[in-house]
Amino acid sequence: MINITNEFPPRLSTLKPAPILPESERKGLTKKETAADHPTWCPGCGDFSVLALYFKLIEKRAIWHEKITTVAGIGCSSRFPYFVQGHGVHFIHGRALPFATGLSLTRPDLHVFVFGGDGDAFSIGGNHLTHAARKNIKMTYVIMDNQVYGLTKKQTSPTSPLGFKSKTDMWGAIDHPINPVKQLVSAGATFIARTTSTNPKHVLEMMEAAMDHDGFSVIQCLSECVEFFEGAFDSANPRKGGAFTEVPADHDKTDEFAAYKLAAEPFPGKFGIHYQVQRETKNKLEADITGKAREKFKGLEDWQILQRNFDRMK
Amino acid sequence: MSDSTVASASSVPQPKFSKISEAVIRIAGNSQDGIQAIGGFLARLAGRSEQEVMTFMTIPSTISGGASIFQVRIGTGEVLSSGDDADVLLAFYQESYRNHLSSLRKGGIVLFDSDHVEPDPSKSSEFHHVGVPITSLTVEAIGGTARDKGKNIYALGLIARMFDLNLAKLEKLISERFAGKDESVTKNALSAFHAGYAYNVSGLVETFQFTDSSKRAGHQVVMNGNEALAYGLIAAGVRFGAGYPITPWSDIMELLRRELPKYGGMFIQCEDEIASISMAIGASYSGRVAVTGSSGPGISLKTEALGWAVMAEIPLIVVDVQRGGPSTGMPTNVEQSDLNIACFGGHGDSPRVVIAPSNVEDCFYVAIEAVNIARKYSVPVVLVTDQAIATRIEAFEEPDLKKLCQDLAPDLSPVQEFKPYDLQAPDGITRHLAPGTRIASGKYPIVTGLEHDELGHPTSSPKLHQQMTDKRRNKLKALAAEWTTPKVYGPPEGDVLLVGWGSSQGPLREAVEKARAAGDSYSSLHIRLLNPLPNGLEDIFAGYNHVFVVELNDQGLYGYGQLAGILRARYCDPKIRGINKSDGLTWKVKEILQRVKEQLTTLKQKN
Ligand SMILES: Cc1ncc(C[n+]2csc(CCOP(=O)(O)OP(=O)(O)O)c2C)c(N)n1
Ligand code: SF4
Ligand SMILES: [Mg+2]
Repeated sequence: MINITNEFPPRLSTLKPAPILPESERKGLTKKETAADHPTWCPGCGDFSVLALYFKLIEKRAIWHEKITTVAGIGCSSRFPYFVQGHGVHFIHGRALPFATGLSLTRPDLHVFVFGGDGDAFSIGGNHLTHAARKNIKMTYVIMDNQVYGLTKKQTSPTSPLGFKSKTDMWGAIDHPINPVKQLVSAGATFIARTTSTNPKHVLEMMEAAMDHDGFSVIQCLSECVEFFEGAFDSANPRKGGAFTEVPADHDKTDEFAAYKLAAEPFPGKFGIHYQVQRETKNKLEADITGKAREKFKGLEDWQILQRNFDRMK
Repeated sequence: MSDSTVASASSVPQPKFSKISEAVIRIAGNSQDGIQAIGGFLARLAGRSEQEVMTFMTIPSTISGGASIFQVRIGTGEVLSSGDDADVLLAFYQESYRNHLSSLRKGGIVLFDSDHVEPDPSKSSEFHHVGVPITSLTVEAIGGTARDKGKNIYALGLIARMFDLNLAKLEKLISERFAGKDESVTKNALSAFHAGYAYNVSGLVETFQFTDSSKRAGHQVVMNGNEALAYGLIAAGVRFGAGYPITPWSDIMELLRRELPKYGGMFIQCEDEIASISMAIGASYSGRVAVTGSSGPGISLKTEALGWAVMAEIPLIVVDVQRGGPSTGMPTNVEQSDLNIACFGGHGDSPRVVIAPSNVEDCFYVAIEAVNIARKYSVPVVLVTDQAIATRIEAFEEPDLKKLCQDLAPDLSPVQEFKPYDLQAPDGITRHLAPGTRIASGKYPIVTGLEHDELGHPTSSPKLHQQMTDKRRNKLKALAAEWTTPKVYGPPEGDVLLVGWGSSQGPLREAVEKARAAGDSYSSLHIRLLNPLPNGLEDIFAGYNHVFVVELNDQGLYGYGQLAGILRARYCDPKIRGINKSDGLTWKVKEILQRVKEQLTTLKQKN
């Protein structure tokens, strides 16, 4: 048995405390301060743009390094946290959401951002997406949808369009693709937006709206894999002869059926907020339970609360 | 009942009491008969009477109906197991009578409900038969209401009379149990109890009185292993948990769900076991060690994320309440077949800590140790208990909660710089830094499952993979060196050393006692820290001719179980042999002794 002790040497005791500017004097972080490793993505990959806009968001909203937590699963897009200067987590394939849930529920002081690919979100992590949505966990999730498995080099993804030729569908994809917005609406997500990495202004706008949403906010961001699905999103890019059409101004964001209808439009569909409602977050509901329970034991130390249970077991 | 019969010196014309130091009572009926409640009352009473107590129960895996037993062993001396043979069998039905008569010792008393049981005349010379129309007398006592509900309490009254149990304490326990319910419920229960107590059972059979307990001092608490473990986690400072329901783990999650909010914490029911461990890791990452747990198949699902926690060096507690496997296996039976998955489950080399508590009391303390190890070494700790410990009730000395309770609030004070995987750290032990901590250098850590450099950035450097692998391994070696070598039960030299882990500590010790009483030189060794193994075991093994590792798992293809396999690999000692079984039941003492004898005979023949 080891000595049962909870005493540890003071952390990093040999170091001098850092001079820290008061909140009011701190300026929004510049790209130089937020950029970490140089991204390992292929030149031209849509993910670069998403990263650049995340930096912009951090700067514009004056989020401090220590207040951002960037979480990801596995995939090309999920490499994201390595490129951001801030507390970051590179978790396992498909499970970034439950990880981020544990973080979000226990640390209301942090902004929790999750980045990942379409395979991570809708295939291996599909069940977690449903449950994070229905539980309405406070966080922002950016799904960088390239409609292909990038990291594993061109297999069919759950959002690959019918007929897409991949290494696992050499004759063209035959499985009906997932419609992200429909899926999220039915799961109970409270903020669902679509954007595309080729429209930086719009990406930033969606990121800001998502961040300000009190609940589970999801952005499906089309982000081209130039290596394995080149030209996939030309139809959404005016510079490539496509059209970037925003959600009509008269669209009722709080109407599930309207969102469903909008989502049923042929690719590339509309961009903007498809659905947004206010519903209490699990963060709030759990905090209410805790608050009520704490109220009953006000003034007692933890050991005294436990002692009450032990007294009943005598 | 081990003591000789001494007539009570009492001058009152009361029935004669035989003084006994311990008794094993087995209650057999159906799961809806409230058998667990009788057992619970007896165990709690023993706890309040400063006696030792150990219970054993089975519940059918189906929800309603199905045979169920509860065995309770109460004693004034040390109680090490729930007892091989019962002194008294209380049988509610014909099947209970038929199936459990064999568990009664010769000359034991079978108390049966004569409304349902037709005794077998050929057994009347072997056992004392006492028939009481329990069902109809219960109906009579409580006026035909709550029929089946009351007969357990009526039977408790019979037992109370038979063992001269403390009436006032039992009445109090019954009232406490039904407190908060409608008043008539308590009234009915007490009526049933008094009717049973008033029944002239003493006219039909010998009655008993426990000798005075001498050694127990202070207050005792009475609970089962799942409760002890869950409360231990709370005392340790754990404030977040996540899980998915599965027997027998569910009790722990339900308890934590109920209790944690009182401490400002929470327990989340997830969509599956993968989400559960991921969420717990997320909460641990946020700065305070969190818990997840499961049984059987749920443990398999957790292994990928567990490997991540090893790689990323995030503290975590994973509880594995083992049950019969593989696959869905035997959900409500005991087995110790998860040691390998606990120690090695997952891909790659992923050293983690594995500890198994040895009894109910230990479940409480092991939880605190596990949390402190997880924090100190930044490593996941798997706590391996089993169905037997989880569900059995024991009385143990009340812990000093004021002294033991810990506050693990994360330290978020700013630091100058931080390397999550600092290779210069002594013994490779680095500590996790919670998010929200400002780092003045502006260089922030990434925690990751990819092989990484000291800051957590990915690397494919052969040298770094070697160094980081060394780091993750060396931490555990440091733990092994810090852990006290376990003590042998019995003399340090002899013919046979019985080695065990988990719930079999008691039966092994009792086997040693019995063997020594019969002139055989046996000792036993109980290992709590199973990965890494503590240092110094080889010196212990050197003192014996034979080392038998007694486990509730299969003897495997090569003739020994999972711990024996690890010990053989570690010490290359062919005298380490296995004694194994997979019948889903705990070890009986006589079973162990017989199996040792058989092995010794076979070995002699070979030589
Ligand atoms: C459990 C598990 N299965 C499979 C993999 C291999 N794998 C890594 S990324 C990936 C798919 C990536 O596709 P996506 O999530 O769309 O991300 P992208 O690379 O396209 O950004 C797969 C199958 C893995 N890492 N873990
Ligand atoms: S493979 Fe595709 S998704 Fe991955 S980095 Fe290259 S372009 Fe981007
Ligand atoms: Mg993809």
